[in-house]
Amino acid sequence: MLVRAEGIKKSFNGTEVLKEISLGVEEGEVVAIIGPSGSGKSTLLRCLTQLETVDEGNIVINEKELVTMQKDKAVYAKSAIQHQIRMDTGLVFQSFHLFPHYSVKKNIMDPQIRVLKREKKEAEKIAGNLLAKLNLSDRADAYPNELSGGQQQRVAIARALALNPKVLFFDEPTSALDPELTGEVLKVIKELAKEKMTMVIVTHEMAFARDVADHVIFMDEGTIIEEGTPEEVFGNTEKERTKVFLKRYLENAWES
Amino acid sequence: MKINNVPIDLLLPSMLEATGMVLKIFFLTILFAVPLGFLVALGRRSKCVFLSGPIRVYQLIFRGTPLMLQLIFFMYAPYYLFDFSFGRFQACILAFVINYAAYFGEIFRGGIDSIPVGQFEAAKVLGYSKVQTFFRIILPQVAKCVTPAMGNELMTLVKDTSLAQVISVSELFNVAFNAGSRYFSTVPIIIAGIFYLIMNTIVEMTFKRLEKKLQYGGR
Repeated sequence: MLVRAEGIKKSFNGTEVLKEISLGVEEGEVVAIIGPSGSGKSTLLRCLTQLETVDEGNIVINEKELVTMQKDKAVYAKSAIQHQIRMDTGLVFQSFHLFPHYSVKKNIMDPQIRVLKREKKEAEKIAGNLLAKLNLSDRADAYPNELSGGQQQRVAIARALALNPKVLFFDEPTSALDPELTGEVLKVIKELAKEKMTMVIVTHEMAFARDVADHVIFMDEGTIIEEGTPEEVFGNTEKERTKVFLKRYLENAWES
Repeated sequence: MKINNVPIDLLLPSMLEATGMVLKIFFLTILFAVPLGFLVALGRRSKCVFLSGPIRVYQLIFRGTPLMLQLIFFMYAPYYLFDFSFGRFQACILAFVINYAAYFGEIFRGGIDSIPVGQFEAAKVLGYSKVQTFFRIILPQVAKCVTPAMGNELMTLVKDTSLAQVISVSELFNVAFNAGSRYFSTVPIIIAGIFYLIMNTIVEMTFKRLEKKLQYGGR
């Protein structure tokens, strides 16, 4: 198992956002996390990518322990181990967060050179290949603010991929995009799924989750309500809460 | 050569020399106050109140009292307090650096605060160290957004050097004013005005260029 989280608890100022969440991700698996806003999906992702610390629970990524419970206290690994684990994970943000002062190419090259200490030539080659793959070769010298949202998100995906993460997390990667641009980003993620990239995707795109995911998790109010294969969760929904959510989702989709 | 009874050819060399003093104060203040200003900004942003609190008080004092008063303080107070004195020039530079670092601190703090949290988070997730994040990701963006405010400050600094006259540093205004009273003429003052204007024109043009250079993409 590539990612294993057990009994994750997280509170913000006394409000419990994650209540004993557990999940596992196998190598090559695509996990989609769905659920209403404020259900804790993003917080879970932020805990797994070390942008937040958990209050309780165990996290093991690529056989390295990030946090373990010792005498009822969550104890984090040494910072060197934390860094290693960070390099095993990649995160694609909802609002891209490209570096505005670097060109597209440099956005993809700089982390390779600074963090992985790759040779400039090698980094350039990798950046070039990724840009070609994501159909962005002609935008290599552009700056992020000259790109459409969809292009920016694809560059952000390339930037993450360039560091060869074992698992890539997506935090609502298309929520800041209009439907047309959403398509081009989803296409890239689907392409990665075909190549057996391990991914955990928080998304509101139900049709996409159903299509691409191997495993779907429905979260609400900080707990996992229901999980299983897309057929189980979308086709044979068991829990009432999930049904209500999916139904409302369909209705909203219809209205728009 | 005389204009309005003022021997210009005699006056000009001493005014040029005084302009040299202006430039000395100007560049030394930048040299020390910019790095110090960054430390002030970082300290002000610290979550530790024992660090951010005193720095805030320092900024309040040095932004809240006249620079002229601070010059006098650094010139004469150490003698009464510690039985020791700075040289005229040292006291002058000290006052300017400490005063301007307080202002720069606020400008840099605003600049750092204006960088979206997402930039720090993206750098962290990609594995950049804290030092790399600051110098490679944050600082270039801060530099761009503080440039207009810094241009403003440095133009003020050129003019503020004239305050050093209160502790008899022979800078441009001091020399021009003395010459004016010696010859009963405003001509030296007008010449000094032209000198200040030329210096600030250079500052303005430099910053205009800098802004252009720091621009990226469509914005």
